[in-house]
Amino acid sequence: MKNRWMSAKWIGLIVFLAAFASGCGKNHLSTLRPAGEVGQEQFYLMVFSIAIMLLVVVSVIILFSFAVLKSRRSKLGEDYKPKDVAGNHVYEVIWTSIPILLIIILAVPTVYLVFKQGDVRGMENEDGGINTEETIVNVTANQYWWEFEYPNEEVVTSQELVVPTDRRVYFNLKGGDVKHSFWVPAAGGKLDTNVDGINSFYLVFDDDSAEESNRLFYGKCAELCGPSHALMDFKVKALPEEEYDQWLADMKAVEEPAQASTDDAAEGQEIFNNSCIGCHAVTPQGAGAVGPNLANFGDRDLIAGFLEHNEENLVDWIKDPESFKPGNKMTDQYDLSDEEIDKVASYLMELKVEEGSGDVESLREKPEEDSEEGGN
Amino acid sequence: MATTAKKKGFGSVIWEYMTTVDHKKIAILYLIAGGFFFVLGGIEAMLIRIQLAVPNNDFLSGGLFNEVITMHGTTMIFLAAMPLLFAFMNATVPLQIGARDVAFPFLNSLGVWLFILGGIFINLSWFLGGAPDAGWTSYASLSIDSPGHGIDFYAVGLQITGAGTLISGINFVTTIINMRAPGMTYMRMPLMTWTTLVASVLIVFAFPPLTIGLFLLIFDRMFGSSFFLVETGGNTIIWEHLFWIFGHPEVYILILPAFGIFSEVFSTFSRKRLFGYSAMVFSTVLIGFFGFMVWAHHMFTVGLGPTANAIFALATMAIAVPTGVKIFNWILTIWGGSIEFTTPMLYGLAFIPTFVMGGVTGVMQGAAPADYQYHDSYFIVAHFHYVIVGGVVFGLLAGLHYYWPLMFSTMLSEKLGKITFVLFVAGFHITFLIQHFLGLWGMPRRVFTYLDGQGYNTANMISTIGAVMMAIAVVVLVINIIITVAKNKQVGRDPWGDGRSLEWSLPLPVPYYNFAQIPLVRGMDAFWIEKEANDGKMMPAESLDDFHMPNNSILPFIMSLGLFIAGFGALYFASGKEWAISAVSDMPQHPWALWLLIIGLAITAGAMITRSLKDDLGYYVTKEEVLRDLEEEERGAK
Repeated sequence: MKNRWMSAKWIGLIVFLAAFASGCGKNHLSTLRPAGEVGQEQFYLMVFSIAIMLLVVVSVIILFSFAVLKSRRSKLGEDYKPKDVAGNHVYEVIWTSIPILLIIILAVPTVYLVFKQGDVRGMENEDGGINTEETIVNVTANQYWWEFEYPNEEVVTSQELVVPTDRRVYFNLKGGDVKHSFWVPAAGGKLDTNVDGINSFYLVFDDDSAEESNRLFYGKCAELCGPSHALMDFKVKALPEEEYDQWLADMKAVEEPAQASTDDAAEGQEIFNNSCIGCHAVTPQGAGAVGPNLANFGDRDLIAGFLEHNEENLVDWIKDPESFKPGNKMTDQYDLSDEEIDKVASYLMELKVEEGSGDVESLREKPEEDSEEGGN
Repeated sequence: MATTAKKKGFGSVIWEYMTTVDHKKIAILYLIAGGFFFVLGGIEAMLIRIQLAVPNNDFLSGGLFNEVITMHGTTMIFLAAMPLLFAFMNATVPLQIGARDVAFPFLNSLGVWLFILGGIFINLSWFLGGAPDAGWTSYASLSIDSPGHGIDFYAVGLQITGAGTLISGINFVTTIINMRAPGMTYMRMPLMTWTTLVASVLIVFAFPPLTIGLFLLIFDRMFGSSFFLVETGGNTIIWEHLFWIFGHPEVYILILPAFGIFSEVFSTFSRKRLFGYSAMVFSTVLIGFFGFMVWAHHMFTVGLGPTANAIFALATMAIAVPTGVKIFNWILTIWGGSIEFTTPMLYGLAFIPTFVMGGVTGVMQGAAPADYQYHDSYFIVAHFHYVIVGGVVFGLLAGLHYYWPLMFSTMLSEKLGKITFVLFVAGFHITFLIQHFLGLWGMPRRVFTYLDGQGYNTANMISTIGAVMMAIAVVVLVINIIITVAKNKQVGRDPWGDGRSLEWSLPLPVPYYNFAQIPLVRGMDAFWIEKEANDGKMMPAESLDDFHMPNNSILPFIMSLGLFIAGFGALYFASGKEWAISAVSDMPQHPWALWLLIIGLAITAGAMITRSLKDDLGYYVTKEEVLRDLEEEERGAK
């Protein structure tokens, strides 16, 4: 009897914890399971404000319930004549000053964090140029895809953002056509990608949280930007610093397009070079292109930002992008037969960046040369 | 009047309403048109919830979904909530302050017709090439990018209804300042009148920025200017500022009159005067004042910089204080009263906890760094539905039941009213409570679908079930209205039995001239005082004599119709013109559009000239007629 009660208690606890965990959403995209410093601070501020507000809600509801229960006409009788009270200065001072006090308490961390999280001075070096010591990503949001440029390393990729863990990643955001908003809920709040100018902020991805989320976080567009706004997702791959450096070096090592290995893919490459290369680069250079950079397309986890990564989906996508992402800019830009599309798809699936091909040492040296050149 | 209306044919009733300058009939026009648009906006809401019920749904396409959300927001704010509030303002305010009509009856009529025709104009976009699709906020980069005439329908249509709203706002300010009966000092005005006054002042100051923003948008889209075109030196953030300098006070324009309705309802059905009246008045004014200083909290993520964000964060939090004062005063009004659970009172009681919940999430969003997470997520959708449905729509439903006898001299069924109440309030919380969590789990707003496997499925299904309950509630409400109108069981003076302010001292149906003699107001809750002291007879402030009333006129309708026609002209005139932005210049040219524009403006100008040159001196209601009415009423009472 006792045992059964014990086990029931445990099951109850597990169910409760499961419900609680699911109540916080998925760890790769929920604001309630922050994955780094910025998200953590915002989460604390949320919890702090919720605690204060729950206090308010509970006391109002208690007061209100008493008021309603004690003043029912059915209880007091039809003839009861309420006493008219004009007001009460003491009460009014109390319920004016307590909210003011609560708001001051909430205002302190708010103002502190506004200035702390708005501080992006680390992006610049002493001369006001780009700080080459920091991880900086230039993000351009386009209808309906994302371009990520690493200015210090001169690498461009799209749709899948790769970041190092356990250090600040600075972002420069801008909108390529209309206004979008860059949001990685697990890592921290959003910032708009205006068409008028560049917005900057930073995020941090903890290595432990990254590991829990299989190193993939979800990013979303948070500002209505047209028919396919809902599908303008991206992925964030958070790698330990060495792996991140290696990835950058590998990307940097790609100087010419990967060569196709099969006949189909080779034909596909030719078709691609005739019909697609005007918009899509296949080497990780050339920021500001019309379409997403495809240099490491074969390594990615999603097609068009939201479809499962396999050749079948890729073929369907190229055949009729409009049916997947209405309003996208790729529809009707090319005229390919089904057979040609199959070949292009098999070529694209081969666009992988060889792991370990790049030299990490040169990656670290390169930017300095660059800045010297810039100085000259 | 109802009896004389019955003798008339259908056509002459329509004519009567098209020409009327009587605030009571204009209130009915606002109620019918606003109710129609409310149902329309509700249908759009249902389409949204059906689309989002399951992941990867293809019930609506991405483009159509954006049109539906844009029209849902635009319709509910501009064409349903505001006009319905105007309905109750028109129905009550002149009666509450002891006036025979508003200050400018002709403008009152012009306001309602501009609203109705502007509303029809926007909605005709559905049939004329597609509705606007850039959200009700219509942010400039996207609205400039939007192909076709959808955004133009939005901009021109809002310009027409906006003019109507501005005119009505000016009218109410003037009426309340100038037309109060003797003894009706500012600090004796019922809260409904006070909130109408403050909301009208807000309209006068808040609508011009919107008008300017819309004009700039129209110029950009149709006439080749570049206020918002970045490549030619424009700036899109300016639109956001202009929109929210209007948009935030707009929220208070909506909620303050709802606060007014609730204040009346709480006091009436607790049989107790409003607690802390002067604090209530002061907090109303303060909310209106603060309302203009917080607009940038809608723009925390735009990148205005930490200093701007910090200032607007503090200002935003400060608004909670006067709002909190109101909540506590309402609770203390109920405290120690004698509560009768009528349908309006039930909405009032449901409003307090609901609005507090919407209010505290508002303060939470004031904490800017946390708002970086909330912004443009479903958390925001949940928040503003808690304040706008939980505050404004509950207020409108309370007002509908409470003021129905004043407007139609019949009573809505309490039984059906309570069924609506339970379904609507329960459905509302089921729909929107869960959406807070959706937002925190990372679901952005304005998405036409969401992928499977993100943990959003169950919550969205729950939300849709709640929306269905709200829809059923509205259907029951419509049935209630139809039954009540069909039965037409007339009620007499002070139908709730506990009326306190001046409007309930009048016989029902209210005579077209309102007061046979302008009453003398001897204190707050004027009618209550006389019920206690004088058997419910108001003391007259003037002797029985002839008095002046304005004539009916068709001119307001004609003026509005002219602008409606000119609107189409302006819109199609730009099609295919090379100076317009590409979205508009790609369309075929319409040579007739210029003529439409000229004819429309000529009609409006003609009507205005007629109005200016032709003296309309109104007419006198004679002493004999008033006496006859008074006698008839006395016979009826016996």
